[in-house]
Amino acid sequence: MAYSDKVIDHYENPRNVGSFDKSDERVGTGMVGAPACGDVMKLQIRVSKEGIIEDARFKTYGCGSAIASSSLVTEWVKGKTLDEAAAIKNSQIAEELALPPVKIHCSILAEDAIKAAISDFRKKHADESAAQPAGPAAV
Amino acid sequence: MKFPIYLDYSATTPVDPRVAQKMIPYLTEHFGNPASRSHAYGWDAEKAVEEAREQVAALINADPREIVWTSGATEGNNLAIKGAANFYKSKGRHIITVKTEHKAVLDTVRELERQGFSATYLDPAPDGLISLEQLQAAIRPDTVLVSVMMVNNEIGVIQPVAEIGEMCRAKGIVFHCDAVQASGKLEIDTQKFKVDLLTVTAHKVYGPKGIGALYVRRKPRVRIEAQIHGGGHERGLRSGTLATHQIVGMGEAFRIAALEMAADNERIRALRERLWNGLRDLEEIYVNGDLERRIPHNLNVSFNFVEGESLIMAIKEIAVSSGSACTSASLEPSYVLRALGRSDELAHSSIRFTIGKYTTVEEIDFAVDLLRRKIGKLRDLSPLWEMYKEGVDLKSVQWAAH
Repeated sequence: MAYSDKVIDHYENPRNVGSFDKSDERVGTGMVGAPACGDVMKLQIRVSKEGIIEDARFKTYGCGSAIASSSLVTEWVKGKTLDEAAAIKNSQIAEELALPPVKIHCSILAEDAIKAAISDFRKKHADESAAQPAGPAAV
Repeated sequence: MKFPIYLDYSATTPVDPRVAQKMIPYLTEHFGNPASRSHAYGWDAEKAVEEAREQVAALINADPREIVWTSGATEGNNLAIKGAANFYKSKGRHIITVKTEHKAVLDTVRELERQGFSATYLDPAPDGLISLEQLQAAIRPDTVLVSVMMVNNEIGVIQPVAEIGEMCRAKGIVFHCDAVQASGKLEIDTQKFKVDLLTVTAHKVYGPKGIGALYVRRKPRVRIEAQIHGGGHERGLRSGTLATHQIVGMGEAFRIAALEMAADNERIRALRERLWNGLRDLEEIYVNGDLERRIPHNLNVSFNFVEGESLIMAIKEIAVSSGSACTSASLEPSYVLRALGRSDELAHSSIRFTIGKYTTVEEIDFAVDLLRRKIGKLRDLSPLWEMYKEGVDLKSVQWAAH
């Protein structure tokens, strides 16, 4: 498989590898894919009180383009609001990494991982946002 | 050391320089058509072809008249299976083969199914081997052909072909054996081995690509229908101008194999043991296929929680192959490993190392060190490894299949 230089760069020097404590209130965790399919992505975001993604981590089991796609989105989501991050499209990921058609599913998985992490974070804060849309309640 | 280090000898082998040397004059000086009976150019070429036929026959202890030149293993398997099935179809239309055969056998049998034959595909045990009881149970009154490979290309296991040959002979069933991965590695003696049709090819035995041979037994005589028609070459079984230089190369490669096979095997076995001993204490690694009933050249290992294609990228200094879906055009993991009952995960995580006569101790040591480092790195990156280390049972997780 001939990969683009960007895929190889992310594969050889993956950004933001690691894990946050998934029970942390400020952390949203998304895990997508299945081992049987050959790809599993875990993406975590840490969200500031202002609702900005201030940091992200990933771990991925999968081929080179799956690793590169998830590494790339950890860079992209940083500094974005949840809504901005949720708007990232798989086609942007595929274009940035010049993924071959057979690897497009890796970019779809990365988009799904962002959405899953955001949804996990929002679930944790569902009550507060209903009561106090401006931010989390002081507990 | 020359990089990337070649550990994929079951895919193909380099041509032995002695073989290449012997081939060259048959491209330039002795270029005649072996079928030209009217001048010395043709006579020279024919003499070279017949000498090579004797050399190929000698490696499997056959009569030279039992050797039919083909373009390689795929053609040999097609000729054997379609040729025998079609010749004997008035006796019956049932074929038996094994789920772990090479695609050149499986797809040929599938094609015959489309033409009205029926087929049974035997399931190997988790060690990769089939049993005689399984074969016995599958044989029907209308079974005309059994095709079982001698050595599996992915996992290197050796099927009990001698016993299968006895059973087929006793029942009057034609037995075809794909010996592509066995020739030059195991002793094959067609005087003792009751095989009727046997496929070999040059490029797995340090000969050139594009040339192979089919052994067709004369006593008791086995008949096949030709699949390629034309000038009646090879006693009408395979028409087409003979590729003299390729044939000369295959003959020389098989001659060398007969002389050097025993010593090479011993050295290669030691290298395989060195490779396995360097890896075996890693956590969560599994050998695919029986380790004992296997050619010394092959080691097929699954590194759990690491995906095969990303591992191949990480170890790009060594040239190996993987059962991972991502390295295949079909996006399916290895059908051979799946047939052994390996989970998709372990099939995705498999690497095939195949060692050859030019492999050195230094190359094996380099490969071991590289693998140990990169597997550690990829596991640090793997959410599955993290879950495994936290004691999560991955089978209990509800995965969203995509």
